[in-house]
Amino acid sequence: MARFSFTVNKEQRSVEASPDTPILWILRENLNLTGTKYACGMAQCGSCTIHMDGNPIRSCVTPISAVEDKELTTIEGLAAEGQHPLQKAWIEKQAPQCGYCQPGQIMQAAALIDKNPSPTREEIVNHMKGNLCRCGAYLRILNAIESVAEKRSENE
Amino acid sequence: MSNHSTLSNIQSRRNFIRQAGSALIFATSPIPLMSLKSPQDLTENTEGQQLSVWVKINTDNTVTIANPTNEMGQGSMTALAVLLAEELDADWSKVKLVHSPVDPSIYGSQGWSGYSMMTVGSRTVNSYFDSMRQAGAQVRYVILHNVAKHWSVPVETLMTKPGVVVHPSSNREISYGEVAKFAQTLDRIPQIPKEQLKKPEDFQLIGKVVQRYDIPAKVDGSAQYAMDINLPDMTYGMIARSPVHGSRPTLKNEASIRNMEGVIEIVTLDHGIGVVASSIDLALKAKAALSIQWSAGVTAENHSSQEEYARYIQVANAGDYEYRDIVNEGSIEEAFAEAVKTYASDYKNDYVCHAQMEPLNAVISIPADHSSVELWVGTQSPGRNKSAIAGMLGIDESKVRIHRQYLGGGFGRRAISDWIEEAVHLGKAVDKPVKLIWSREDDIRYGMYRPMSLQRLEAAVDNQGSITGWKHLIMGTGGGLLSSGAEIPFYQIPHQSIRRHDIDHGIRTKHWRAVGHGPNKFAIESFIDEIAADQKKDPLQFRLQLMKGHPRAQQVLRIAAEMADWSTPSVEGRAKGIAFAERSGSLSACVCEISLDERAGIRVHHVWSTLDAGVVVQPDNVIAQMEGGIIMGLSSVLKESITIKNGRVQQSNYHDYPILRIDEIPESIEVEIIPSDAPPTGIGESGIPIVGGAVANAFFRLTGRNLRHMPFTPAKVSQVLEG
Repeated sequence: MARFSFTVNKEQRSVEASPDTPILWILRENLNLTGTKYACGMAQCGSCTIHMDGNPIRSCVTPISAVEDKELTTIEGLAAEGQHPLQKAWIEKQAPQCGYCQPGQIMQAAALIDKNPSPTREEIVNHMKGNLCRCGAYLRILNAIESVAEKRSENE
Repeated sequence: MSNHSTLSNIQSRRNFIRQAGSALIFATSPIPLMSLKSPQDLTENTEGQQLSVWVKINTDNTVTIANPTNEMGQGSMTALAVLLAEELDADWSKVKLVHSPVDPSIYGSQGWSGYSMMTVGSRTVNSYFDSMRQAGAQVRYVILHNVAKHWSVPVETLMTKPGVVVHPSSNREISYGEVAKFAQTLDRIPQIPKEQLKKPEDFQLIGKVVQRYDIPAKVDGSAQYAMDINLPDMTYGMIARSPVHGSRPTLKNEASIRNMEGVIEIVTLDHGIGVVASSIDLALKAKAALSIQWSAGVTAENHSSQEEYARYIQVANAGDYEYRDIVNEGSIEEAFAEAVKTYASDYKNDYVCHAQMEPLNAVISIPADHSSVELWVGTQSPGRNKSAIAGMLGIDESKVRIHRQYLGGGFGRRAISDWIEEAVHLGKAVDKPVKLIWSREDDIRYGMYRPMSLQRLEAAVDNQGSITGWKHLIMGTGGGLLSSGAEIPFYQIPHQSIRRHDIDHGIRTKHWRAVGHGPNKFAIESFIDEIAADQKKDPLQFRLQLMKGHPRAQQVLRIAAEMADWSTPSVEGRAKGIAFAERSGSLSACVCEISLDERAGIRVHHVWSTLDAGVVVQPDNVIAQMEGGIIMGLSSVLKESITIKNGRVQQSNYHDYPILRIDEIPESIEVEIIPSDAPPTGIGESGIPIVGGAVANAFFRLTGRNLRHMPFTPAKVSQVLEG
């Protein structure tokens, strides 16, 4: 056991854990941030996607020792009141079905939009292909991301 | 203002009450407010008055409606509330939903065996359509009577508009929230006659675009699944289950496991060893360290799925198998004896797994004397779960409290109690709440699969080129799961023999979205195209001819063909295929356009589909269900395969049980809902059965070869092209 310090959603956190414990469990169990989901445990599905220093990572395979002094963002901290443009677009397009994969989908998409405000469909698909959705809501996910990309390019 | 609140309607309602010695007593047990989002919601209970088991009106003008269905992404939680709110004349923006208690006698719908709260078979909207509207109309009736008394005016002089009672002659209005301050429910609420419910042309919510209630919480991380429940002092349970179904465990290293950090208890089950630990991480570590010897001599040991097909074919050829008749009409021998030409083809399909994104889990709390149970779970079958738990502990069902949660996917997997029974075993063993979690590997290796099967189809054709005789033999493990969708009620074929031969491989099988309709419609629709091709007939025209006398089915098929511009061939390198299916009372059809990619195999570019599901409550959600069903269907058709070797499942996670990814979906899926006034029928599964046949038929038109074994992986495609 060791103590690790990092920030989550702009708050400083300090947790005692075994160094190999995936940060997914720490977020969900210790910090009660349950929007980040467990689904595969081996970086195959993207349901556990969070941001570390602005980059999307799979929290299920990221040990707590790797997040020391890092800045983490989870779905709960993506935007105040859940008002990120992607979150609004997700509602507008009625994208989720069961919804379980959607926090991971949104976090993955947000990392793209941050760096590339108006991606092409091909860029979106390439960026999103690590995120599984068993309900098959993919077309609406694409439409939601594209609607945000279009708005951004109009504003440029 | 809605026409249904005219004076004459009210008048006739009054007459109804006067005459109604038989007016129904409507139970008004309180609705315990169960959170749909997070426990904090429980503190947001607003002041108000409960007017029936379904509705509470609140002084802040909100209306709380009880949700009886299990929301797993299909959207019927919203649809049922829409039905009720429509007749209640509620302001939809003020509607709040709570999960109803688990009491099928009050909140169930009439199912196959009495009242049930199961969410299965695409039957929710259909089975609650009348009762939810009735429930809304009854509460509106109560509100009107309260206002009439309060204002001392005749009830027939009152009307409603959304959320407001109006007295036109005195120009007075009162909101439902104001009514909540003095309203009282009635001892007897009469059944509102059907003709006094709203007419379809007056609907303000039904058939309109209403956003799903659950979606906002599903984009900000606050939607709560059982996996997200955190209770004080909660412990974590995991189970190592039989690698071969039916084998029993002997734990060889109990002492060293007990010494591991965080391990609280070890529980021996018939089918596995459970460990309860202080964190999920420690539970996983303890599970990984278990050394278990498994008993031998179980049925499944002898089963190797991919070798089984050859044996199925031998049995089918020998012909002396036992069978169950699914359909036996006309004289099949005569049809084949008189045939000008006969056809025969075998089709196969591998096992597929639900692989829903949220692995099975449940949180259970059982006191030391085992006298009661509290359970937090996402389930399709809460009523049955409740009975199962009560039965296991020998307690009354009233001592079992189930807190229903959103389901991170169901697809049939969560319509049983197996994992809940496991939770009871673990919960009994420790004096703290336990969260039982299945790993993804547990979920896939110890899954309950849509059965593998062999389908032998034979047809007799007369000198007009019409099919006169139809034989369909389905062979496999899984009993009744195999034969759903084997019937062909919309194809006019006078002589039919549809049979099922059951073989028990000792493998766990289960309903998987659309059940047998996936494999059966793939086989049927492929076979129809094979015959049409040999008869040099267009597959669309050939089907329309078979469907004579069924104008609704013809329309569904014809419109899909029109959407796809069926008569215009695809560009070089592409081809279109068509298929039709009926499922849960609905009719659907689609055209798929495909091409071939050397590396990736079949690429589906476009899907055009139609659905006739009677009256549609939430059109946009219906389109979403069709899109999702088509994509999940394509996933099963193109990629998914569970294989079993000597009883052992060979797959374990999404790397070796791949499901369709976003870079593999069609560029577009167009869905057209056929307008209809007919009673609503099932929707959630209608996208699944149409895609297998449509893809196989497109492949035939592209290559001249037949794909007869799902899934159509790149390896299978190469094999067929080379063969």
